[in-house]
Amino acid sequence: MPVAIVGAGHSKFGARKDVNLPELSWEAIKPAMESANVEQKDIDFFVVGTAGFWSSEAAVPALIYEYGRFEDVGSMRIEAACATGSAAIRVGYTAIESGEADVVLVLGIEKMQESPNPTVIELIGRFGSYFWEFENFGLTFPGYYALHATAYMAKYGASEEDFAKIAVKNHFYGSKNPYAQFQNEITLEKALNSPYIAWPFKLFDCSPITDGSAAVVLASEDKVKEWGVEEKVWIISQGVGTGTANLSRRDTFTSLKSASYAAEVAYKKAGIDREKPYKELDGANVHDCFTAAEIMAYEDLGFARRGEGVELVREEQTYIGGRIPVNVDGGLKAKGHPIGATGVSQAVEAYKQLLSKAESGRQIDVRNGRFLAHNVGGTGHYSYVTIYGLEKR
Amino acid sequence: MEDLKKAAETNIKEYGFPVTIDEKSGALQWVDMRELNVRYIISIENLQEFYEGLREEKLLATKCRKCNELYFPPQKDCPKCMISEMEWVELKKDGVLETLTVIFVRPPSFSNYEPYAVAIARLDDGVRVTAWLNGDPEKVKPGDRIKIEVSRRKEGYLMYEIVPVEG
Repeated sequence: MPVAIVGAGHSKFGARKDVNLPELSWEAIKPAMESANVEQKDIDFFVVGTAGFWSSEAAVPALIYEYGRFEDVGSMRIEAACATGSAAIRVGYTAIESGEADVVLVLGIEKMQESPNPTVIELIGRFGSYFWEFENFGLTFPGYYALHATAYMAKYGASEEDFAKIAVKNHFYGSKNPYAQFQNEITLEKALNSPYIAWPFKLFDCSPITDGSAAVVLASEDKVKEWGVEEKVWIISQGVGTGTANLSRRDTFTSLKSASYAAEVAYKKAGIDREKPYKELDGANVHDCFTAAEIMAYEDLGFARRGEGVELVREEQTYIGGRIPVNVDGGLKAKGHPIGATGVSQAVEAYKQLLSKAESGRQIDVRNGRFLAHNVGGTGHYSYVTIYGLEKR
Repeated sequence: MEDLKKAAETNIKEYGFPVTIDEKSGALQWVDMRELNVRYIISIENLQEFYEGLREEKLLATKCRKCNELYFPPQKDCPKCMISEMEWVELKKDGVLETLTVIFVRPPSFSNYEPYAVAIARLDDGVRVTAWLNGDPEKVKPGDRIKIEVSRRKEGYLMYEIVPVEG
């Protein structure tokens, strides 16, 4: 049974000290339900993606059930590190595909700023192999990706300036997204002069610590027909991959095997040519938790050949008008990265872009009617590649 | 956090609740009165030989008696053969640096250390090891030869580290 996004909502991302967790969730749920034209009684199943730890509430689905006056509905909390949002979508998508549910509300929510920044840095560092990486060697999340950046620089001759160009692009588009945490453009000099966080990454190579929520309403093809839904975006396919907990158990640090695998599965199911997928896609959101991660994503997704992702950056091929526009909502870098919300935020972006509802200055040209979302948990521990489309497969 | 706790203490007296006003947004915040201190107790019952090895400055891995697969970090079971007949073997302590980083912004639990370099090396036996790099990170690059040494941490306990080989 084909599955469509029939409604989408997104909170303002940032330091949201003005709201608590259910209030922030409602900022996404309300517009999602309104745009889908559904009421609480229409929802069969409710999935919440939230990583937690840094925020006080643990029983989040029940809390939202109570706050949103839902009734007689199943629910589940999902965690897959930074891919939590996509994992939540997967649960909703497969629940409908299998015939278990007709209408599913998927919420991604994270309130990271309920804890001070050092506590969050401590907790995210534990998203690898706790015992063999964190306990004795104190790796941080920027550190895990920096190990990849160093390897990429050594193998393909990329520079810190190349990485900074990604931040400049994503801030450029973030400045056009009213929901973004950072709505300011930055210069290359500003990025290059920021302090080191984990060499070779500086402050402007890193996505921020963010509060935010995003929600989508998923419906079966039967419901889409029954309701006569006009504004919808189909989930064409989704690939999911897993990587080792320890980076030392991997053969390469210039790509994420789990992401390449997820892409292969998603492309195959969607019937997209693995060699030049960008010719069949109108745009993409990729997981730029760190600048170098965006370049690896280009290669893992086949937007460029191995070692040539950095060329796309130098030639500005991932701005609107280039080979394929990437992260024109600001990406994790400028839009912000509320871990559990990110994957759902990417789905909201796919919905907006394909239905030509994006804000002025950041709307892509919709020709093929297909958009890709690449969401990575940990450092390739979990990878999700989802293809969204105007026409069902 | 200490500033927030102080503000909350003051406000308990003056206002009646543990609250504070967020500096940037001006929004009212409740400062949690309940603090959680987490320290895990992790079983190393099946890794005893590994730590005995480190005491003798050896780096040990497990090896499947059937397929000879080497496991580092050591595993109790060989999932390829679905058996648990493993032996402990000493790894060659020489290898090649594959990648590195320097952690400037440290987790609070590592705040007593200066910025430290973390590296991944591939040992000549074929397994890879993640550890601190004891050497000048600006003078090494992927591809350089390294060796594994065991030393005492500032916190007093023994741990293996990656050391660049001169020349």
